[in-house]
Amino acid sequence: MIDAPLPEHQALEAFIEAMQTHHGMDLSGYARASLQRRVEQLALRDGHASIEALVKAIRRGGTSLPALVAGLSVPVTEMFRNPPIFQRLREAVLPVLASWPHITIWQAGCATGEEVYSLAILLKEAGLYERSQIFATDINEAALAKAQEGIFPAREARAWSLAYRQAGGSGSFSDYYHAAYEHIRLDSRLKANIHFAHHNLVTDGVFCEAQLVLCRNVLIYFNRELQNAVLGRFRDSLVRGGFLCLGNRESLSFAPAAKAFVAVDAEARIYRLQTS
Amino acid sequence: MSLVGAVNAAEAVVMGCSAGGLHALKVVLATLRPARKVPILVVCHTASDDLQGLARLLETCSAWPVREARERERPEPGVVQLAPSGYHLLVEPSGELSLSVDGRVSFARPSIDVLFETAAMAYGPRLIGVIMTGANHDGARGLAAIRQRGGIAIVETPATAEVATMPQAALTLAGADHQASLERMGALITQLIDPRPIHP
Repeated sequence: MIDAPLPEHQALEAFIEAMQTHHGMDLSGYARASLQRRVEQLALRDGHASIEALVKAIRRGGTSLPALVAGLSVPVTEMFRNPPIFQRLREAVLPVLASWPHITIWQAGCATGEEVYSLAILLKEAGLYERSQIFATDINEAALAKAQEGIFPAREARAWSLAYRQAGGSGSFSDYYHAAYEHIRLDSRLKANIHFAHHNLVTDGVFCEAQLVLCRNVLIYFNRELQNAVLGRFRDSLVRGGFLCLGNRESLSFAPAAKAFVAVDAEARIYRLQTS
Repeated sequence: MSLVGAVNAAEAVVMGCSAGGLHALKVVLATLRPARKVPILVVCHTASDDLQGLARLLETCSAWPVREARERERPEPGVVQLAPSGYHLLVEPSGELSLSVDGRVSFARPSIDVLFETAAMAYGPRLIGVIMTGANHDGARGLAAIRQRGGIAIVETPATAEVATMPQAALTLAGADHQASLERMGALITQLIDPRPIHP
């Protein structure tokens, strides 16, 4: 490892400090390497020559938090991403969810909504949608607004149809959208029971009692301490016997809060809150 | 015994390859036998979703174990660690590995540029970067970042590479401290990892 902090690292720490002081936004628990790249891109996007210049603009009061957050958490997602995971949710989790009279699901970090709509389709096909409510939360308000619209580029439809079938879809993906010019508009019935809401995993607390928490590829951006704190929040949100599904390369092994969970399918990163 | 180069002795090796990369990795890992154990981090674009299968396959040729890189762990010395498919692999300033699903960089995820640039910041001059066969330009910027911070850049000789585009792009943008054919690559990296004793 290098022995002294690099100027780049110092600039990033100055950015983190400025975000805290001027916008009340706590980024201190974010993993630095990916944050560094994102802040560099944000500075570039907003026409600043460097992170230092962006920090100066923040200190002058010339920035808005939603715009900064939208530039920092650039959503990259797709429907039925990693189809085998959705297959496992269908086989191993939904039959158990069916035993509760009302089902509450929290998807943390929904970005532009592709995953929560995939989940909605899964619930529809299992006959569980009508008694489910889904909270889809994200820190990025621009992404949330897009998620709420449920309109996606038509060029994605073919890949998503394939992923839908690989995930064990029982109908045809085209049953769930209307094509219009270059876009597909998802069937509005899919969002009847989805509540989109702004929520910051770092600072906002538990707000529901859920049978399933889905949070894929969000924890990878956090350091160990924050990963552990957020896992604790998921634990406190879940009913006994409730399920947690993480991204397929995320690991629970370092977090003390993980002791509350047992693996249902370790490869699919599906866990269950122990009952005692 | 005094050691040459011990001040900046390599702490890690990062390797990138694309089209033709599987064969290239087999050849290089088969001839890589350093006495000193350092971590080897690899981005291979052509890796399928079955990374464990790829790791097992490479391990049959390699003196060192081969496995998937894991987030939140320090890279393990003496182990070849592959970037999982669909994720960028990054080295944190703290030395731990991390993953991201941020957008493609140089049309790729995992991207060689992302691994090389973050490794260059973490290891500074104590890093060896290797670009081999491939049909795109990923890795050129990353290799430049490694050289800029005093690390050692090795590029597979384009003339003998299975696909010359990637090594040629790296040479054009970053240049190299060494060029080597695939057959000489393992021995060259071995030499660079093991500090040589001075013979008076």
